[in-house]
Amino acid sequence: MCLGIPGEIIEVLPDRPDLARVNVSGVRRAINIGLLEGEQLSPGDWILIHVGFALSKIDEEEARSALEFLEGIGQAYADELQALQESKIE
Amino acid sequence: MSPPGMSEQRSAAWAEAAVAEHEDHELAQYPSGREHPSREQQVLERIERARRRKPKIKEERITLAHGAGGKATHTLIEAVFLEAFRNPLLEQLDDGAVFTADGARLAFTTDSFVVSPLFFPGGDIGELAVNGTVNDLAMSGARPTYLSAGFILKEGFPVADLQRIASSMARAAEAAGVQVVTGDTKVVQRGKADGCYINTTGVGLIEHGLTLGPSQVRPGDAVLVSGPIGDHGITIMLARGELDIETDLTSDTAPLHGPVEGLLAATTGVRCLRDATRGGVATILNEVARASDVAVVVDERAIPVRDEVRGASEILGIDPLYVASEGRFVAIVDGAKAETALDALRSHPLGEGAAIIGHVKDDPPTLVLLKTEFGGTRIVDVLIGDPLPRIC
Amino acid sequence: MRFVDEYRDADKAGALAAKIASMCEPGRHYKFMEVCGGHTHTIYKHGLEDYLPESIQLVHGPGCPVCVIPMGRVDDAIHIAEQPDVIMTSFGDMMRVPGGRGSFFDSKAAGADIRMVYSPLDALKIAKGNPDKHVVFMAIGFETTAPSTAVTVLRAVAEKVENFSIFCNHVTIIPAIKAILESPDLRLDGFLGPGHVSTVIGCRPYEFIARDYGRPLVTAGFEPLDILQSIYMVLKQLAEGRCEVENQYTRVVPWNGNLKALQVIGQVMELRPYFEWRGLGFISHSALKVRQEYASFDTERIFDLPGVRVADPKACQCGEVLKGVLKPWECKVFGTACTPETPIGTCMVSSEGACAAYYNYGRFSRERVKEATRA
Repeated sequence: MCLGIPGEIIEVLPDRPDLARVNVSGVRRAINIGLLEGEQLSPGDWILIHVGFALSKIDEEEARSALEFLEGIGQAYADELQALQESKIE
Repeated sequence: MSPPGMSEQRSAAWAEAAVAEHEDHELAQYPSGREHPSREQQVLERIERARRRKPKIKEERITLAHGAGGKATHTLIEAVFLEAFRNPLLEQLDDGAVFTADGARLAFTTDSFVVSPLFFPGGDIGELAVNGTVNDLAMSGARPTYLSAGFILKEGFPVADLQRIASSMARAAEAAGVQVVTGDTKVVQRGKADGCYINTTGVGLIEHGLTLGPSQVRPGDAVLVSGPIGDHGITIMLARGELDIETDLTSDTAPLHGPVEGLLAATTGVRCLRDATRGGVATILNEVARASDVAVVVDERAIPVRDEVRGASEILGIDPLYVASEGRFVAIVDGAKAETALDALRSHPLGEGAAIIGHVKDDPPTLVLLKTEFGGTRIVDVLIGDPLPRIC
Repeated sequence: MRFVDEYRDADKAGALAAKIASMCEPGRHYKFMEVCGGHTHTIYKHGLEDYLPESIQLVHGPGCPVCVIPMGRVDDAIHIAEQPDVIMTSFGDMMRVPGGRGSFFDSKAAGADIRMVYSPLDALKIAKGNPDKHVVFMAIGFETTAPSTAVTVLRAVAEKVENFSIFCNHVTIIPAIKAILESPDLRLDGFLGPGHVSTVIGCRPYEFIARDYGRPLVTAGFEPLDILQSIYMVLKQLAEGRCEVENQYTRVVPWNGNLKALQVIGQVMELRPYFEWRGLGFISHSALKVRQEYASFDTERIFDLPGVRVADPKACQCGEVLKGVLKPWECKVFGTACTPETPIGTCMVSSEGACAAYYNYGRFSRERVKEATRA
């Protein structure tokens, strides 16, 4: 369950430090960031939103390494296919 | 096993009744153990039979789902109105009726508008009321001519608002080349209605020889949309303010007789035109698949959807395919004429964002299939009620 | 969209699928359960099963908090909504869920004031705007959603809002997984763990699944590539003879969860001795209630509830579907008496339920569809 959507922080509201304005694909909403106590949040950071609350700050480093893994598999697969094709040609 | 304090227990009468009703149907269907290719296939056939059974209204009262344009609306129309008024013109359940009077082919249609809020980014109820009926006529392939306008107003409704609505109707009528030639006004007591409701009825002239409609579609045809979908529905959902979501999105409400005229002039291969209002593109394609007994295969990557509509849809857990537009339509055309049709649409300002989104096949009949952007396949079913925001 | 589109790439999926297929032992059948209804939704919405070899079957678990609400609780909520001067609020998901005598939508049509909200804070806002009414928020959801409800109660305390209470139906995921693992007819080879629940509880609570029950679990994200990668990770564990808890969704899920979120849950709520789950029956310590200190915000303490249990029809086989013993279409009433319009059992109730997902998205013959979608 639990729809969670990534959104980018536009600003932390100066008069309400538990609220941030967050952008999801050009759509904006105030999101409660009270559950991310202790996290340094600033514009440009990405958070996971659920029912108007931020549950987690998205770790861009981790996201990148996961994608690299997937690209690695894609590359290995492409290499294998190519090797297979070359072996057929010979 | 029941824990202490929960000894009282009953069953859900409605659920037991549903089980019993279908057991009877199944017994009648399978008198003896007939052999079937596979159990799953057998189950799928059983479901198809259940779906084709005459619709019956199970609810005791009207709910909002009955007005949402999905399955519940269809059940209501077929079980109540078609049952009462049955005639060959109505039975086609088209956007408008097409008939001949004194040698002239006429299209005739009516629509009521209850949008809330009355004024929203990109339009208001007045503009919507004119465009909605103009578009229903245009979808019959007609040139819209005359409109009626009926108003149901709440006691206490500001006259200034009514003037604003009337003047935007006048502007919309002028833009569409129609005249509002008759009308009606009723005022109801405070608390009986919500501000202002409008009904418009329209007549149009058909000046081509084609027969258009969801039952005219055949395998090999191409499916087009005239532009990005869902702008209106998302704009209204957000304009109500309950979700506290901001966006720069505006309604797409527009009169569509222009691009339709261009399309019909460019090719005689047009089979079916439908504006993608309540229930969205998905609902229209399901009507087509059902009416023509064909499969409609749509490529998700080809469907134009604005970023904001996608973003709001992701947040709210809804599918843009079911979200209403008020200035977009689906055109199904002969596959060989797909590019001609696309060029014709794109040459009109209201069709700039047009795209070919799919094709019609013969099998599996009555289904709408989506080739997903991820490369998988799924069904696009008829919506049961309004798209509801979900959290899970 | 960032952190969304990257994980929907068809080319990467093709490569990963080939890898997955090559890792399956010939002749072996694999059954993996995705615990979370959100995963079920992703799997069907994107047609993910097209990428899986036939030897891998996904079993759709009990992780849909809307589906598992027993009908008697829905009746209780409707009873409250029909009291004078009450505004009932809940998420859109709840509106169509039938109880023994109908749904929120039916009750609304009969005159009750029932409103959809996006966030529990919106319900609190409605309370502040309607001081002469009592506003109830029907709280549903797993540990993902419970912190939001808890924060809302604390906010109501701080702002001294006296006309607001929550009808707490929050459930906890671990006891439900345990109930499935305890089932004698269990035939699962591994689990995809619920990613968004894990943002709150972390991955540690799953360790007993690997340790005591010998089943690997990979905490999975919600985009289709996340799920494919998680299946790959479970298969890899099996192939290497490992049995561990791993985290695929590292961009969002910290291993130890969100301590602040756990703390607010603990501050406002406590475990119930037992709670009924539709399809699974009574499970001990599987749900949350409002603590005594916050009694004035607890709908159950403010109103008298009928509290009558409503039994599922005998023909309903949701329990077997949830445990992976039956496929949705193997249930006797699937698609005939039980459809998304008139859902008889829990699996049909929301689009996340195993049966509803299959009915809405997967109800077709794969061979014929392959033919139709061939370019």
